[in-house]
Amino acid sequence: MSTESYIRKKSRPLQVYAIIFIIVLYVPVLFIPLFSFNDSIYVRFPLEGFTLKWYAELFQREPVWNALMNSVKVGLSVSVISTLFGVFAAKAIARYRFPGRGPLVGFIMLPLVVPLIIFGVALLVLLSRLGIPLSLWTVGLGHLIVCMPFSIATLLPRFEGFDPALEEASADLGENALWTWWRVTLPMIFPGVIASLMLTFTVSFDEFIMAFFLNGTQPTLPLYIWGQLRFPQEFPSVLALSSFVIAASFVIVFIGLWINRSAHAGAIKVE
Amino acid sequence: MSDHSLSATPDPEPTRPAPRAGWFERLIYRSEAARGFGLLAPTLIFMLTVILVPFAILIIMSLWTAAGFDFDTTLTLKNYSQVFERPIYMALLGRSLYMSAIATVATVILCYPMAYYVAFHVHRNKMMWIVLMTLPFWTSYLLRVFAWKVVLGYEGVINSALMTAGLISEPLEFLLYSQEAVIITLAHAWAAFAILPIYVSLEKIDRSLLEAATDLGDGPAMRFFRITLPLSLPGVIAASLLIFIPTTGDYITPALLGGPDGAMIGNLIQKMFGPINNWPMGATLSIVLMVVITLICLLYVFILLLVRRKIA
Repeated sequence: MSTESYIRKKSRPLQVYAIIFIIVLYVPVLFIPLFSFNDSIYVRFPLEGFTLKWYAELFQREPVWNALMNSVKVGLSVSVISTLFGVFAAKAIARYRFPGRGPLVGFIMLPLVVPLIIFGVALLVLLSRLGIPLSLWTVGLGHLIVCMPFSIATLLPRFEGFDPALEEASADLGENALWTWWRVTLPMIFPGVIASLMLTFTVSFDEFIMAFFLNGTQPTLPLYIWGQLRFPQEFPSVLALSSFVIAASFVIVFIGLWINRSAHAGAIKVE
Repeated sequence: MSDHSLSATPDPEPTRPAPRAGWFERLIYRSEAARGFGLLAPTLIFMLTVILVPFAILIIMSLWTAAGFDFDTTLTLKNYSQVFERPIYMALLGRSLYMSAIATVATVILCYPMAYYVAFHVHRNKMMWIVLMTLPFWTSYLLRVFAWKVVLGYEGVINSALMTAGLISEPLEFLLYSQEAVIITLAHAWAAFAILPIYVSLEKIDRSLLEAATDLGDGPAMRFFRITLPLSLPGVIAASLLIFIPTTGDYITPALLGGPDGAMIGNLIQKMFGPINNWPMGATLSIVLMVVITLICLLYVFILLLVRRKIA
């Protein structure tokens, strides 16, 4: 350690840069909750005074509750299904070598990179040709495409940092496959499973583009917010609703990332 | 449950095939490939169906033409020739590529020092920094873009703060509804996509190489340009592709912050499927967008490989 200290010596300018970077990363988002407590219909300085009325008003709106329920329904189903598929896929990718493995994994990860508008319209065209009416189901289908790569990417380090000898030992000691899975595999990857459930739920809960193209008559929460953006007098209540969504996402994602942190540390650690 | 390969037979010793097992079980036991495919199959089949089939239909539809509220299903390349003939399409496509190229370069340059700092100068709480940098990226893209509308708006944070401070008497109009607004927002919203790959490639660099360079007389600057930067290039390439590809087809940011000057191809695609109601043209634009992005990325990677070979 001490021999490389001249390489690792503290760099004051870089530290300042890093702190400014984090501030710039967070501050724009924090203006949303700030103004949601402001007692004025206009979003501008100077602040007028503290109020909770935008939240109280939101609380009484039927459509907000409906949109929230729709988002939760879609989010829960999508997170459970994509995590289930993700466990199988992550194990296959981490454990086994098979022909075409690289390209196939690349294909599954495509939705992380390709503009979602393309998947959205492609799926829309297919559904309309098949005569399938748009509904929360089709939104969920779209969200599965988005969430699957996230689920696999979250679970992959778990399987990579997991010695297969443990499963073999369990089998050698006479456990059958189901019990081995239940008593060895699942506990080992459990933090990853929880993290995957929480992260994919948030991705679906917050997703806009797929829902925009594939929804029927029942809006999800982001679609409801989008619809309200047209009305200037609704701006404060949109801010309040957005603050709620942001707070919920931050908490869920933070817990998810924290539960799964050892997997990242294991995968990233090279020293 | 994940092990349906193992649960296929009740044999307690999974490393050896059961003597009376059928051909399928034997295959599963003997062949690693079969086990891998078996586990990957559900995901793979799902993704193939929901990605390739819609794409095939999209390509077919791009060869149709709109006829009132219905489609004329005779196959023709008319839409494609229109894309190349009418200046509006090419202009919008060119502008989208230009704007996301600028946003990509800006993001990579701004994020590199950040990734460098965490990789080389943070020793304790590394995980906390990584979580801190990636946390906003997991939360609603729509709302992060919306936040910039609050910041840049006509009566937004910047304008009203400057006016309260007495620095300007009229709101600055160029802040919102401009290409700059879109580029700033894109760079901000996709930062995590740049930081992570660059960080990983920096973290992988063998520290003894840096020591060797120092021992052989390289100063900090030479050391950075001769060792650190070339070795982190894979991360930089990954970062630029990961930002350039999705931002070119972005819809939300130009829709909320672009105005007429900052509109991008994604907005036109949405209009084709929405108010204009010309689905075949929308399909054509989507295909053209994909092909153009693919070509540019191939060219980019090819040039980089060429440059690297020249240097080596």
